[in-house]
Amino acid sequence: MSGQPDTHHEESFWRKYIFSVDHKIIGLQYGITALIFLFFGFCLMMMMRWQLAYPEEPMPMLGWLFGENGVMLPEMYNSLGAMHGTIMIFLGVVPLAVGAFGNYFVPLQIGAPDMAFPKLNMTSYWCYFAGGIVMIVGFFVPGGAANSGWTSYPPLADIATTGQTVWLIGMVLLITSSLLGSVNTITTIVQLRTKGLTWMRLPFFVWAQFVTGFLLLLAFPPLEAAGVLQLMDRLLDTSFFLPSGLVVSGEILNVSGGGSPLLWQHMFWFLAHPEVYVLILPAMGIVAEVLANNTRKPLWGYKSIVYASTFLGFMSFIVWAHHMFMTGMGTTISAFFQATTMIISVPSVVILTAMFISLWGASIRYNSAMLFALGFIPMFGIGGLTGLPLGIAASDIHLHDTYYVIGHFHYVVAPGTIFALFAGVYYWFPKMTGKLMNETLGKVHFWLSMLFINGIFMPMFVQGLAGISRRLWDGGTTYAHAADTLWLNEVMSASAWLLGLAQLPFIYNLIKSMKSGEKAESNHWEATTLEWTDAPSPPLPHRNFEVIPEVHRGPYEYSVPGADKDFTPQSEA
Amino acid sequence: MEIPYNVEERQDTGMYNAKLGIWLFLASEVMLFGGLFSAYVFLRMGDVTGAFMSGSNQLNVPLATFNTLVLISSSVTMIMSWVSLKLGEQKKFKTYLGSTLVLAGVFLVVKYFEYSAKFHHGIFPETSTFFAIYFTLTGLHMLHIIGGMIVIFYFLVPGAKMMKLESERFTNRIETVGLYWHFVDLVWIFLFPVLYLL
Amino acid sequence: MSGHSVEDIKKSVKVYIGVFAALAVLTVVTVAASYLDLTSGESFFLAIIIASVKGTLVAGYFMHLFSERTAILAVLGLTFIFLLTIMFLPYMALTDHPAV
Ligand code: HEM
Ligand SMILES: [Cu+2]
Repeated sequence: MSGQPDTHHEESFWRKYIFSVDHKIIGLQYGITALIFLFFGFCLMMMMRWQLAYPEEPMPMLGWLFGENGVMLPEMYNSLGAMHGTIMIFLGVVPLAVGAFGNYFVPLQIGAPDMAFPKLNMTSYWCYFAGGIVMIVGFFVPGGAANSGWTSYPPLADIATTGQTVWLIGMVLLITSSLLGSVNTITTIVQLRTKGLTWMRLPFFVWAQFVTGFLLLLAFPPLEAAGVLQLMDRLLDTSFFLPSGLVVSGEILNVSGGGSPLLWQHMFWFLAHPEVYVLILPAMGIVAEVLANNTRKPLWGYKSIVYASTFLGFMSFIVWAHHMFMTGMGTTISAFFQATTMIISVPSVVILTAMFISLWGASIRYNSAMLFALGFIPMFGIGGLTGLPLGIAASDIHLHDTYYVIGHFHYVVAPGTIFALFAGVYYWFPKMTGKLMNETLGKVHFWLSMLFINGIFMPMFVQGLAGISRRLWDGGTTYAHAADTLWLNEVMSASAWLLGLAQLPFIYNLIKSMKSGEKAESNHWEATTLEWTDAPSPPLPHRNFEVIPEVHRGPYEYSVPGADKDFTPQSEA
Repeated sequence: MEIPYNVEERQDTGMYNAKLGIWLFLASEVMLFGGLFSAYVFLRMGDVTGAFMSGSNQLNVPLATFNTLVLISSSVTMIMSWVSLKLGEQKKFKTYLGSTLVLAGVFLVVKYFEYSAKFHHGIFPETSTFFAIYFTLTGLHMLHIIGGMIVIFYFLVPGAKMMKLESERFTNRIETVGLYWHFVDLVWIFLFPVLYLL
Repeated sequence: MSGHSVEDIKKSVKVYIGVFAALAVLTVVTVAASYLDLTSGESFFLAIIIASVKGTLVAGYFMHLFSERTAILAVLGLTFIFLLTIMFLPYMALTDHPAV
């Protein structure tokens, strides 16, 4: 599990960039791969949006993908939907938040030369990569990629085309990767904190990664188990998720029966609810760093947000059945899950409020990173608040599985988490490359994204309240009662494509700055945490620091009264 | 650059890295088997056909009892191999670790006969939800045994070089392998009554 | 667990042998108990209790949990809570199901 790379002789290209054990290279590998998958998932979504806005019309340019005079078939829409969800979550956001930023910056922020288990780290990346390839292979098997939703509910998923089997195999690889990664992150944070870096001096980003590590470690295995059971159902004809007497296409299915589709739902949501905190916690961590740095003030209520995030992590394991109010659950259990769901909203509000108050009285530096971090606050606010009615069974009956739900969780993950990830890219790019990104392009990127992303998701609430179901390949054209909200489909689709265009300045900026950006100082943002104050940009290969720093104070000592400058590094004695 | 606390313990946590690492891994394993046990409880309690009762009566209790004893013994030889290393008795270490490997092999052979007897009688995972969960649980457990055997074999033959070169690190590694092995034993301790006796 | 003196280790060998014997005996006991004429509820609890005792012996002595660091115990405590959750909450939801 360990074994040190020899830093003294030149490494071959393969050792240095491909099968590297340096957490920084692995972090970059994760980052690049995840960005590509995010873009791919985004493209799938743009095709879906065509279908939703113009259900009968052939798709321009890409029509050849669908045969049938260029109109997307319902099966194809289902595949795109399921793969969009899967790719965005498991191949895009989580690897970017945890694999890339976590891997790169946790060791740097705690003053460690690397992760605790470098080879294991490399293995997690390659498991992730293999999982991604397998997922893509799904598109090329007969019947197309998995088409039972990212939730893969049986019985549908049990009897779906081969793509579902491929999906399951991909998931097993991705889960394995996450498990190895979380063992590594937790061990690193517990064991490799440098001298003087006590728990309450950890930057909040590290705390967020720590809690996330536990969520991945303990919530994923039951889904892995469920995945194995579904594979058994599909390959060995068992009936874990198939009830007795199930009728498919007018015939009784020839299986032993005796299983239960609800079993899958429990095992799936046991992971998938904690998973949403896996998506949001690292994002909050990034936002906290960027906020403190650009308000030039200590983060307000550091301790409360630390406790809130650990409490959040704990509670996230006992709320899962709020996704299952409509399964005929009895009142006792549903009362339990409603109560826990209301309780878990409290720590989220604590964190958000602390961030908000941190802005009070600050002379804010409005750079691109800060804009995205600021954008995160109201966007996550909308996402979170719209979740409350979903957590109460009485209102959920109306809203469940409508576009309202889609609007809700997208506010959390897209303008929420993804904005935070953008903030992370703009904030840490100078550290990773030693170059600066172009601020003007960054601001253009932010304002356009902000505009169009709301153009996509805000109307979803309207359509959802009007009663349009999610996962419809025709965008609800048959819903007479919702007819007067259908024009919004075009608005949303246009916004989606424009949002796609709005990413071009970002992509250009990223590539251009990497090649020929201005040179960055090692502490470009005048920050206090170790990655900025004690490591060059980019940090030294394989050991990060010239001398391992020692820590003397908390993470956010900005504008300390009486100090000679407005930031006091953690490592300053 | 050497990673700190790879071999020696960190003062304030009192652990070397791999010790925490293996325990975290085992925690996730607990949840993995926990998920499957959960499926067992769920299906059994929802079982109206009696598949669980009749299924469990068809299993071979004497063979499984024998196998339980085999695994327990392998746990003991495992811990004794670590003890021998601690005491610097390298010959004994090899004997004990080798015995663990042999006992694990015995377990697999017995399991092979159990499985083939079932197949012979036309019992497969698809026969009923009981046999579905039986084959899944024992199959996954067997995969863990095989994985453990590979690692043990590694430390017995090719990896044993390290015993002389870095003896403390090697002892730590054997301790972590041991923890994994005892865990596999622990899982069986629960599998046995749950599948065979209830 | 390092920092063991040779004395300690020699002493613990005796403990390991004792645990081995206890495990073997309990295995026989649990098999014997399954032949008793008990209701399914009773035999379930008996079997689970015996298995838990055996499990505790293995974890406590072979895996040294009885003298392990608090950090590890804390992780396992947390895991145990979630283990109970995943094992029994779905089942409770099932039985609270008016239709079943
Ligand atoms: C920002 C641009 C995005 C747009 C316009 C978009 C749009 C959509 C649409 C139209 C659906 C299908 C709704 C349905 O038919 O049920 C969908 C589903 C989904 N999206 Fe997105 N999405 C975006 C980003 C994301 C991100 C960043 C994530 C995750 C981190 C994500 C996760 C999901 C999930 C989980 C589903 C449900 C898939 C399923 O039905 O199984 N999306 N999205
Ligand atoms: Cu949830």
